[in-house]
Amino acid sequence: MDIILGIRVSDATLIATSKAATRSISILKDDDDKTRELNKHNLIAFTGESGDTTQFAEYVQANIQLYSMRENDIELSPKATASFIRNQLATSIRSRKPYQVNCLIGGYDTKTGKPSLNWIDYLGTQVELPYGAHGYAAFYTTSLLDKHYREKMSIDDGLKLMDMCIDELNKRMPIDFKGVYIKVVDKDGIRLIK
Amino acid sequence: MSDPFSLNGGAAIAMIGKDCIAIASDLRLGQQSLGVSNNFDKIVEINSKNFLALTGLATDVLTLKELIKFKTNLYKLREERDIEPSTLANLISSSLYEKRFGPWFISPIVGGLSKKDNKPFICGFDSIGCIDYSNDFIVSGTATDQLYGMCESLYEPNLNPEDLFETISQALLNAVDRDALSGWGAVVYIITKDKIVKRVLKTRQD
Repeated sequence: MDIILGIRVSDATLIATSKAATRSISILKDDDDKTRELNKHNLIAFTGESGDTTQFAEYVQANIQLYSMRENDIELSPKATASFIRNQLATSIRSRKPYQVNCLIGGYDTKTGKPSLNWIDYLGTQVELPYGAHGYAAFYTTSLLDKHYREKMSIDDGLKLMDMCIDELNKRMPIDFKGVYIKVVDKDGIRLIK
Repeated sequence: MSDPFSLNGGAAIAMIGKDCIAIASDLRLGQQSLGVSNNFDKIVEINSKNFLALTGLATDVLTLKELIKFKTNLYKLREERDIEPSTLANLISSSLYEKRFGPWFISPIVGGLSKKDNKPFICGFDSIGCIDYSNDFIVSGTATDQLYGMCESLYEPNLNPEDLFETISQALLNAVDRDALSGWGAVVYIITKDKIVKRVLKTRQD
């Protein structure tokens, strides 16, 4: 089970994704990046059926970038980005072969100056949350986040909370997920913390 | 388990009072036993006198919110007036029946006042569009059984808006507290001929 986790802090959104690419009983890769940059201020993190995930993420990435090229370099806002992705998944679920992809969209709205975290599952269920995770990681981390999350946390506070979650996952998860990549989305764009 | 109607959880209710109606829902969104959001609004304002509440599979709740809003907006452009609640009910019914053999997994509730005489109107639907008209109350969602119990014991006809608010709130709150998949906050709308009052209720968070 892959781990994707997101925390919205006061001026940024943090996204953590596990590095292991697993198939059956083998770990195929220990530096897998389960995120794609949609545009300068929007990052998608994804889990699910292995072929579907990258195919879907790169498909929406291409479409969001195409939008900016056509519309005179206007960047799609996090809200619009999340709605577009939800719509794709909601259409897909009623097709012959639906995409089995769950995702988190970390975004920073340059117009309103607000960060956001959108939680979307393969059915097309979308919610805007202060913090969230998919799969088993959600069971291990949500109670921790419920207890320690505060409105108006700094990026450093957020990273500390993220580390607490990762420690808990390392402790409780039955298989090694090879650590995580942590990315930050804020007014300066997307950057890798570690 | 794996029943699309009870995957995300949620409950909604509408009641008729004297020259007014009330419509309410909880705010939970979950993935089976896990609570994901305590701010998932299930009620849409169609226009100033008509409201739509949707329970069931959350992805379909979102899709139908958009679809029905889109259709009523087009209706307003074409007819140059707001849609009547009974017309809205038929619009929703036919939109649901269109998907007879692959339905939206939702149970909608409509509540409103008619434009001409402010006559209260509420109704519910099954997932394929059968309209359930009522002149007292309508319930839907994973707490349906509990809501029926509360409504049968608390409801009385011709309540004024303040008393109707109290009745619908107590019915909803006590019903969702006996359902593991509903609760986590609630919203109540009271619709009278000259105003809408929205109240967000603080509830148990467990």
